[in-house]
Amino acid sequence: MELFWLAVSTIAIGVFGCVAWFWGSNWVLDRIYPPRGPDAGDNIRKANQIRPWLFLGPAILFLGVYLVYPIFDSLWRSVHNARGTEFVGGSNYAWLMGDGKFRESMRNNLVWLLVVPALSTLFGLIAAQLTDRLKWGNIGKSLIFMPMAISFVGAGVIWKFIYEYREPGEAQIGLLNAIVQALGGGPQLWLTLIPWNNFFLMVVLVWIQTGFAMVILSAALRGIPEETIEAAILDGASPWQVFFRIKVPQIMGTIAVVWTTITIVVLKVFDIVFVMTNGQWGTQVLANLMYDWMFRGTPDYGRGSAIAIILMLLVTPIMIWNMLNVRREVR
Amino acid sequence: MEGMAGQKSSLVWAVNIAAFLLVLLWTIPTLGLLVSSFRDRDQILTSGWWQSFSAQEATGFVRTGTGDDAVQEDGLYVIEGTVLEEGQSLIGWGTRAREPAAFAPGDTTEIEDGWQLTVAADGTYRLTSPTPFEMRRGERIFVTTGAPARLTTENYNRVLTAEGLGRAFMNTLTVTIPATVIPILIAAFAAYALAWMEFPGRAILTAAVVGLLVVPLQVALIPLLRLHNDLGIGKGYLGIWLAHTGFGLPLAIYLLRNYMAGLPREVIESARVDGATEFQIFRKIILPLSFPALASFAIFQFLWVWNDLLVATVFLGNTREQLVMTGVLRELMGSKGGEWEILATSAFISIAVPLLVFFAMQKYLVRGLLAGSVKGG
Repeated sequence: MELFWLAVSTIAIGVFGCVAWFWGSNWVLDRIYPPRGPDAGDNIRKANQIRPWLFLGPAILFLGVYLVYPIFDSLWRSVHNARGTEFVGGSNYAWLMGDGKFRESMRNNLVWLLVVPALSTLFGLIAAQLTDRLKWGNIGKSLIFMPMAISFVGAGVIWKFIYEYREPGEAQIGLLNAIVQALGGGPQLWLTLIPWNNFFLMVVLVWIQTGFAMVILSAALRGIPEETIEAAILDGASPWQVFFRIKVPQIMGTIAVVWTTITIVVLKVFDIVFVMTNGQWGTQVLANLMYDWMFRGTPDYGRGSAIAIILMLLVTPIMIWNMLNVRREVR
Repeated sequence: MEGMAGQKSSLVWAVNIAAFLLVLLWTIPTLGLLVSSFRDRDQILTSGWWQSFSAQEATGFVRTGTGDDAVQEDGLYVIEGTVLEEGQSLIGWGTRAREPAAFAPGDTTEIEDGWQLTVAADGTYRLTSPTPFEMRRGERIFVTTGAPARLTTENYNRVLTAEGLGRAFMNTLTVTIPATVIPILIAAFAAYALAWMEFPGRAILTAAVVGLLVVPLQVALIPLLRLHNDLGIGKGYLGIWLAHTGFGLPLAIYLLRNYMAGLPREVIESARVDGATEFQIFRKIILPLSFPALASFAIFQFLWVWNDLLVATVFLGNTREQLVMTGVLRELMGSKGGEWEILATSAFISIAVPLLVFFAMQKYLVRGLLAGSVKGG
């Protein structure tokens, strides 16, 4: 119950605080430069120069403290020792390059990066095309989209249940092994099956991300001008040709956006690996490796930060690409 | 696809079937969890969830009575009893563990020295011997029984009370609501400034917000944890609210700015001409008109905070009282990996609220996705 009041009072204080700041600071500004009287024009001009910063102030403060400052602090820590007391130059990075677990993580992240965006986009495209003009298409879309709402941890439980293993010959309670056994194969411990276990983890993320890809791509498919499709059909194109030669090329831009968005999710993938294998049996990824160095045993903030910076470097190209796109738009 | 010329009906069928299979494939995993969460704990472990609605077969053994229970009848020593429990039916029985269904109900077999064992279909057995029984422990009768499928809500009771999920549910709610409401307010003002106010540096700020969208959270963990410790916030709700607010802001600002920038210019210009202050324009015109975008972001942030494990683990602490639901779930996966009735039920409780929100507000979610598909989760 006290928890409840704590939450309620936080919302009240938070909301009240925000409103008080925005309203109060505006009020003060209007007092200092009243928009009437002899200097009204001049005052309004001055006030309008300051006002945007009042509106932006809290946001800039939060972004600065919670996202910008940490990047530089991580950079600083990555060239210092475990407790941040001594400058060690590039030795954390040098250590990373030689570390077997780090190389395994990089390799796995790379495979994730190739497989998950490709499969999610492909399935999303198929799902979008298949459901788009069906009568029950919207219900179908909802159901494919649904895993988006499920946490990675929840998805981990769901899929671990599917991969569950029982001795050969026993009643299998995991769906995958039940199917394998029904087809005459031997049940497997899928999550310890090196190197294929990586793919069984990737399946979980593909399952989650396909809905996202489908929603975006389906909107893009609907945006294709009818004439181009009709013209192709009149020229005798088969449905396959219409799809691959006419539709897909026209939504290439959207496919790229979907692909990069999923790429970013993949780079940061943590929960799925954390709860399903915890990086054992050759499934380590960067985000989980970093967590290990930060919180397991004796924390080593230097090495942990170095891994974080590597992650940051990996997303930087996408970041710059997005920023360039937006700047073009804003102008 | 009615608009298409040259459309074959076989293709329509193929599309319907393919779509159905795809939907099935995407739904079954969750369905399995849902069904399992209502199953009896023994039944979960002995049969797949897809069999939960048919009778459950199980094997086991019962011991007969001992020499003390024997009665004399027509010169024979007889022990009688039943091998079944309430609600079970007998499928087969045997005298060796390897063959728990060697005999059909009603069969009679000789065990040793003239001992005769009969198990009837109603489960009653009759063991007879020409000489007195001398065994201390009863003979084992192996039985294969069928029990009706049992679906219960017992798991939910147990998980919510004994496993501490009720507490975790409250914790999650406490984390989620302020962490959803506060960024909206801050972002709305910032988005308005970026969309409708003229000032130097606007384009750069907008680009910076977009850039910050993809910053990996991992980069922020160590520095912020240290910062919170130095500021005396430490681990707790305040820290996690602040962290989620910070992490959610780029998406919030980006979504709201895009939406607000698309609002009709004339409305805002005419309000300015009429002498409305920027604050009034924001409150009376922009906020009400931006409701769809506000709703979109609220859903995103709600789902993201509710489902988050990493930020909660780092900023909230890991004692039993502090865990959020994803944290409890993770702990259960480690400690109760084989107890699927607990795992399935806990997982389902933790995903029930997001699923409700998802199905109720899907329209806004889709709209938000389409408006802000640069963000990476």
